[in-house]
Amino acid sequence: MNHLDPLEKAPVFQLKGSMLALTILELSANDPECLDAQLAEKAEQAPQFFHDAPIILALDKCAPSAEPLDIARILAVCRKHGLQPLALRSEDPEQLAQAKLLDLAVMPPSGARERPIGATAAVEAPAEPSVIPAKIITQPVRSGQQIYAKNTDLIVMAAVSAGAELLADGNIHVYGPLRGRALAGINGNTDARIFCQQLGAEMLSIAGQYKLAEDLRRDPLWGKATQTCLNDQHLDISAL
Amino acid sequence: MSKILVVTSGKGGVGKTTTSAAIGTGLALRGHRTVIVDFDVGLRNLDLIMGCERRVVYDFVNVINGDATLNQALIKDKRLENLYILAASQTRDKDALTLEGVEKVLTELAEQFEFVICDSPAGIEKGAHLAMYLADAAIVVTNPEVSSVRDSDRMLGLLSSKSKRAEEGREPISEHLLLTRYSPERVARGEMLSVEDVEEILSIQMIGVIPESQAVLKASNQGIPVILDDESDAGQAYSDAVDRLLGKEVPHRFLDVQKKGFLQRMFGGKE
Repeated sequence: MNHLDPLEKAPVFQLKGSMLALTILELSANDPECLDAQLAEKAEQAPQFFHDAPIILALDKCAPSAEPLDIARILAVCRKHGLQPLALRSEDPEQLAQAKLLDLAVMPPSGARERPIGATAAVEAPAEPSVIPAKIITQPVRSGQQIYAKNTDLIVMAAVSAGAELLADGNIHVYGPLRGRALAGINGNTDARIFCQQLGAEMLSIAGQYKLAEDLRRDPLWGKATQTCLNDQHLDISAL
Repeated sequence: MSKILVVTSGKGGVGKTTTSAAIGTGLALRGHRTVIVDFDVGLRNLDLIMGCERRVVYDFVNVINGDATLNQALIKDKRLENLYILAASQTRDKDALTLEGVEKVLTELAEQFEFVICDSPAGIEKGAHLAMYLADAAIVVTNPEVSSVRDSDRMLGLLSSKSKRAEEGREPISEHLLLTRYSPERVARGEMLSVEDVEEILSIQMIGVIPESQAVLKASNQGIPVILDDESDAGQAYSDAVDRLLGKEVPHRFLDVQKKGFLQRMFGGKE
């Protein structure tokens, strides 16, 4: 087992999204001495709160001053009183550069989550849509299971049981009998198609236009290899 | 190397407990040290089918709660040396089972026994989930009838996604299909799904087809696992299924309509 490639081993971590409650220390003036004194007073009132409390240092509301903000010094003041600054909230390029030097994470300024931060983020955003590999399923899709191929095609190489649901933003291909539901182009892509080797679906849908088994059953191509596409708000089923 | 085997179905009344009793007894008959665990807390039945209902002192929930040791709760079968039963509690409900408790008990059983058979309750809720969570192999019991087949299909989906093996990305649970209450005559009349239909819909390996038989009800009421009735077709079919489970190649029997002989036609043989 030890000779296995690390990539073939069972995953040793998981990525999880989470919402955490954090305190934000919003600076209103560039005055480290005053901050030191006022923090000391607060820390005396609530020592438990200040003990190793993670905070975000917000500079976006700080009044402009003649001297440039010395972030390292402000951090030192915070740490002295037991606070643990995790990140910086700011949009000033000079402050962002300092944050980078100090290995501090950067948060978007309040009320501006949607705006890109600084020049670096703009460069990172991929302008060209690259190819997203299709989602390929080799095991039977059982009743009650739902498979969604986000922004891509879905290819199923086994049977899709009645009561199973296939969803794809792109096309759907099924190489076993298709007895469940297949919904292609669910984000509104009217060019999406559904291909199957044996049509026995409970429902076929492309971009919201659907046909149920009750109609599909009467089609002479029921049980055969077919493709389905959307033609002028109408589902067209043709032989493959 | 011990093996945890779950007998499950989704739908109720298809023969899970009959199958658990028969398969467990069959394995013990072939010399494998086997325990059958009843997971149907609140609807305890296995002890009746095994004919040991008068000897239940402690049960599965007692062991989980630490009120009794495993050896106190294990009931030794009177007929077979290698066979033990762990009864479910009749006075509690499925919530009395916890994942940690079940895992601890099953791990301990796996140290003592070659085969641990988990008799799952019907449904797909907590009891059924815990019964299959730690399994290495599964026998999905199905009747040749559309609603049972669909429920089995759902259960197969859960076996491949909600088990410990699936969560840890290990080799998936090996799945076997067992078709019970099969009546070739009714299949021929088009009233019942055929073996081929069910295999086609569920696309998994068939481990046995048990014919509809009066012997099953009789055996249940007498508390004798039907596999011990080797005169009956159902007993023989279960016996074949156990052989297949152990990797033997055995041809399927009782799939075709039995031709009645001249005398039987004259005097009306048994169904």
